Amino acid sequence: MSSYKFKPFNVGRWIIWSLFAIVLIFAPLVFTSNLSGTMLAQMGIAIIACLSYNMLLGQGGMLSFGHAVYTGLGSFVAIHALNAVTAGTSAIPVSLLPLVGGVAGMGFAFLLGYVTTKKSGTPFAMITLGVAELVFAMSLMFSEFFGGEAGISGNRVAGQSFWGITFGPQIQVYYLIAIYTFICVALMYAFTQTPLGRILNAVRDNPERVEFIGYNTQRVRYLAFIIAGFFAGISGGLGALNFEIVTAEVVGTGRSGGYLLFTFLGGATFFFGPIIGGILMVLAFVLLSEFTKAWLLYLGLLFLFMVMYAPGGIASLIMMNLRVAAFGKLKQIWVSYLGLFLTAFVALVGAGAMIEMVYHLQLNSALGDSLKFMGVTLNARGVDSWFGSVFVMLTGLGLFEVVRRQFQIEWGDIQVEIEKEIKRRETA
Amino acid sequence: MTYALELKDLRKNFGKTEIIRGANLAVNAGERIAIIGPNGAGKSTLFNLISGRFGPSSGEIYLKGQRIDHKQPYEINRMGLSRSFQITNIFPKLSVFENLRCAVLWSLGYKYTFVKFLSGLKDANELAEKYMEMIRLDKKRDLLAMNLTYAEQRALEIGITIAGGAEVILLDEPTAGMSKSETSRFINLIKEVTIGKTLLTVEHDMGVVFGLADKIAVVVYGEVIAFDTPEAVRSNARVQEAYLGSHAADTQAEGH
Repeated sequence: MSSYKFKPFNVGRWIIWSLFAIVLIFAPLVFTSNLSGTMLAQMGIAIIACLSYNMLLGQGGMLSFGHAVYTGLGSFVAIHALNAVTAGTSAIPVSLLPLVGGVAGMGFAFLLGYVTTKKSGTPFAMITLGVAELVFAMSLMFSEFFGGEAGISGNRVAGQSFWGITFGPQIQVYYLIAIYTFICVALMYAFTQTPLGRILNAVRDNPERVEFIGYNTQRVRYLAFIIAGFFAGISGGLGALNFEIVTAEVVGTGRSGGYLLFTFLGGATFFFGPIIGGILMVLAFVLLSEFTKAWLLYLGLLFLFMVMYAPGGIASLIMMNLRVAAFGKLKQIWVSYLGLFLTAFVALVGAGAMIEMVYHLQLNSALGDSLKFMGVTLNARGVDSWFGSVFVMLTGLGLFEVVRRQFQIEWGDIQVEIEKEIKRRETA
Repeated sequence: MTYALELKDLRKNFGKTEIIRGANLAVNAGERIAIIGPNGAGKSTLFNLISGRFGPSSGEIYLKGQRIDHKQPYEINRMGLSRSFQITNIFPKLSVFENLRCAVLWSLGYKYTFVKFLSGLKDANELAEKYMEMIRLDKKRDLLAMNLTYAEQRALEIGITIAGGAEVILLDEPTAGMSKSETSRFINLIKEVTIGKTLLTVEHDMGVVFGLADKIAVVVYGEVIAFDTPEAVRSNARVQEAYLGSHAADTQAEGH
């Protein structure tokens, strides 16, 4: 009758999950430097956080401005638990401390989420913002728990070690994080395939109708919020182990905004989108911030363009192009793609030069007027540097617009062709 | 005996305006009732009160002898009453199959579970497939609901309404916006899928009303002024004066 019965073994799914495991296992063997080691660990943590956030945003249509409350409180409880282990008052193995963070995140989501999920839509967003401010304000008041300005630090080499695993070396922590990442991603994917996960999608699409098929939408949102809080807490607990210090900024609205921004950039409409988002988050925070002081500005611009032109995020861009590729049409537009990238790059170089000059004037004027940008020495007060930058940017923008229009026509044609092809296959 | 659905002196005010002014109605199990009345008579409001979308200002509503006024829509749904909407109200970003599967989950007792896989719920999947065939959308199984044609969306709307297995079904203008040929096909579909159920439907098309209903309730200015068989309602003087006697209605009725 239907196809689902005859698919006991989904080959494609097994391949993808095996690849995911292989990447997690071999990544630190490929990227061996210290920096890449810490970045990989942080990526695992960010992936769990962004996926848990997407349970709310992408799957439940809940725009939360306070997700860091649950990752952050998970971090704090986990580091206190770690210190209890160090002090000998607790016997929890260090490898299970992230779960302590998870339970804490779940507990706080249980408490605070009850108020938060009473409403949906804009009121929900407002309440999450309020709760986030509340918790951040408390973090400055209760320094016994939050450690004040200095935060709480700990030492992850605590308790008994099993088979020589002390979690002292970064690589051991990485593999702990990798195991948690794999399990959490698998569990969160599994969640999307359960009755509650599907009804959560229905609540996102049309909450009113859900009330008329027997479900209490408030309860659905609340349960999803608690589960998201659990995974957020695990991510926070892993963060506590990784950094061995937790400061008040982990519950701050800046961190919450980061989850929102990168989950969106990665793509909230597909399950794997936030995984891309998590990776990008670490790349941006660690690498981009090294390259330039204006990194937040670039990030803001990127977010702006993404919201305007590709609201489905990178994941939806990938899926759209995979569709084009599946119909063998990618070769028709790759030239346009090349053109888009080149012209966008030229425009970006011009814009970047100006942004860097402004930043240089504002922040580094004591160092003189000249600065290095992409191998070229610019004079921040020189007419020729500014003229050159404006010229490069405008040329890039102009050419980009020409290529973009051409691309749009080609893309539209291809979509029409694909629709025709689908119709043809249906009737055949 | 207990009625499938009973309204007792139901009233609803919006601010100072009284929309429903003491509506009384008693529907036996298995009856097909058409609710007719001029625009703004309060037909849709009546449905909203019964299904729990709004709470009544006063009066009582009984579903199979149990009081349901001031209950939440999901509670009323769980007690065996389901409704459709005049403006299509489906889950646009879910596939046809997922729409129907969502609609059967509660009635099969799966509640809010997140420790079972949907693909393993044999009964839910089979039931959703069954309803999908019933509303003739089995060919569109994996299409997103928002990509269906208007008539298909209306059919899905009905499918979601009946899939929960409720015994009392309220359909709010199921054929609104459909062409004549679509309408007659659709009426047959509604008859087919509501066999053995108590059906209340709001309808403007007189042809549909006389073709579908065992009894007609005429609502005028928030009151049920007549509730009887189609023939009796047709000859009722008050009804003729208020509504049915108009030339338009006669020609419509002849048209079918």
